[in-house]
Amino acid sequence: MIGLGHYLTVAAILFAIGACGIFINRKNVIIILMSIELMLLAVNINLVAFSQFLGDLVGQVFAFMVLTVAAAEAAIGLAILVTFFRNRGDIAVDDANLMKN
Amino acid sequence: MQLGDNISFAFPEIWLAISAMALLMIGVFIDSKYHRFISFGAIFSIFVALFLVNFGTASENASLFNGAFVTDGFGQFSKSVIYVAAIFAIILSDRFMERERLARFEYPVLILLSVLGMSLMVASTDLISVYMGIELQSLALYILATFNRDSRRSTEAGLKYFVLGALSSGLMLYGMSLIYGFTGATTFEAIAAGADEANRIGLIFGMVFLISGLSFKVSAAPFHMWTPDVYEGSPTPVTAFFAAAPKFAAMAIFARVLVEAFPAATDALSDWQQVIVLVSILSMVVGAFSAIAQKNIKRLMAYSSIGHMGYALMGLAAGTSQGISSVLVYMTIYLIMTIGTFACILMMRRPEGMAENISDLSGLSQTRPGLAIMFSALMFSLAGIPIFLGFFAKLYVFMAAVNAGLFVLVVVGALSSVIATYYYLRVVKIIWMDEPAPEFERDAGPGVKGVAILSTVLIVAGIVVIMPFLNIAAEAAAATLF
Repeated sequence: MIGLGHYLTVAAILFAIGACGIFINRKNVIIILMSIELMLLAVNINLVAFSQFLGDLVGQVFAFMVLTVAAAEAAIGLAILVTFFRNRGDIAVDDANLMKN
Repeated sequence: MQLGDNISFAFPEIWLAISAMALLMIGVFIDSKYHRFISFGAIFSIFVALFLVNFGTASENASLFNGAFVTDGFGQFSKSVIYVAAIFAIILSDRFMERERLARFEYPVLILLSVLGMSLMVASTDLISVYMGIELQSLALYILATFNRDSRRSTEAGLKYFVLGALSSGLMLYGMSLIYGFTGATTFEAIAAGADEANRIGLIFGMVFLISGLSFKVSAAPFHMWTPDVYEGSPTPVTAFFAAAPKFAAMAIFARVLVEAFPAATDALSDWQQVIVLVSILSMVVGAFSAIAQKNIKRLMAYSSIGHMGYALMGLAAGTSQGISSVLVYMTIYLIMTIGTFACILMMRRPEGMAENISDLSGLSQTRPGLAIMFSALMFSLAGIPIFLGFFAKLYVFMAAVNAGLFVLVVVGALSSVIATYYYLRVVKIIWMDEPAPEFERDAGPGVKGVAILSTVLIVAGIVVIMPFLNIAAEAAAATLF
């Protein structure tokens, strides 16, 4: 029997993978965008699982809001990435260090 | 309450949304030499919103849209301050944007959209509307940071801001999903009612995630790492805006979430109080020590803002009505100081471009005595030296923290304030005692000069001019949360 705990565990693991992806990855900014998406989807799994478990629709409404905002966020992220690429010629994370002490 | 009644309470926000869209359309179709009028239009529409918030139906107290939003004194105070800060941000951009070839009509439109987001955010009483407000604000701010799209530094700042901002939204959302799951509700009132011993651990987890996400937005340590880079890389008027309105809005919703969803009555106060105390101490210490080695004035202001957020959180940590009122007073005074300082920074221009290093200020007292006096007064005020307005801001948060029994916090705050004074005074020393550097150009424009003079007058004469009113207004606003 799959219960609430299983869903929460999956979501927690996905969220942790997403967060690690942002910090460990040094090669490519697109991977960071994917990691952000992964974190938001982990949250959605949480919300939908809770919503089902509680018998309350608000969680699913919230999940739809998150999906919509995530799409807008990805669009803006990619737009910023394009301007970054135009100025820099590549999108490696390591090169984003123009401002240092 | 019927839908139509709700809408009349939301007039300021609806007006802002419609005018942002209208100005966007007008900007697309008119010739680029008339783009200044879009700025005037944006300032006008924020003025109208300011009027609607304070004198229309929206100034009455009500709970709207099934508890998603509220109109109350706290929201009214916060919105008014945010609107005024946004007007100043548009005024500051005027001459700078033209000379940097950035004069595009999208700038005021984006400011309007982010102001709309902040306006919704400070009025939210539901986790969903908090999230939507914060995102509307942040998405506009990401683009503003990248506004100089042909500059490597600006795009890098925008990218960093976007990545870390999205990470913080993710943390905050994860916290929200846990809070929803363990209390079965998303409105603050129902969350407070749904908290009990059985779900306490889960709720604390959610709350800590939520606090981390919000700490990112107010740039409190240990979630401050984006601040110096974004401040340095963004165009200076954008930095001035970043340092002012979004900070206030994030601090306001921080206070509202913690006080309304986790009130003292449910024992949740002791849970979040220790987290806020820790964040506050870290911010004050990081702000004080990291700023010492800075050479760039915008980076210095970034660390200064991290430190100031620490002091503001000190008032929040108190968790009392007096504490929240001191947060509002502190943030308002911080806004006046920071906008004035950035107006002065915008006057640091030489024929070859903007000067951003602290060493460029050397001997300013001999080349530009007026600017030197304003800069020094602002630095004294930021350091919190008595008579200047910044001192009273600190005094109020210290008093609130002492009354709440947070003595360790007060001692750390006082010590880090002394350390922070060193780097503010170093700027003053460079201005008055070092050999003069080449003179700055004198044509910063009436807007920038006016803002600098206005804020200097306010911080010097503030004890009689604004302090009495500000105090009463902030107390009345904070009382509506309890």
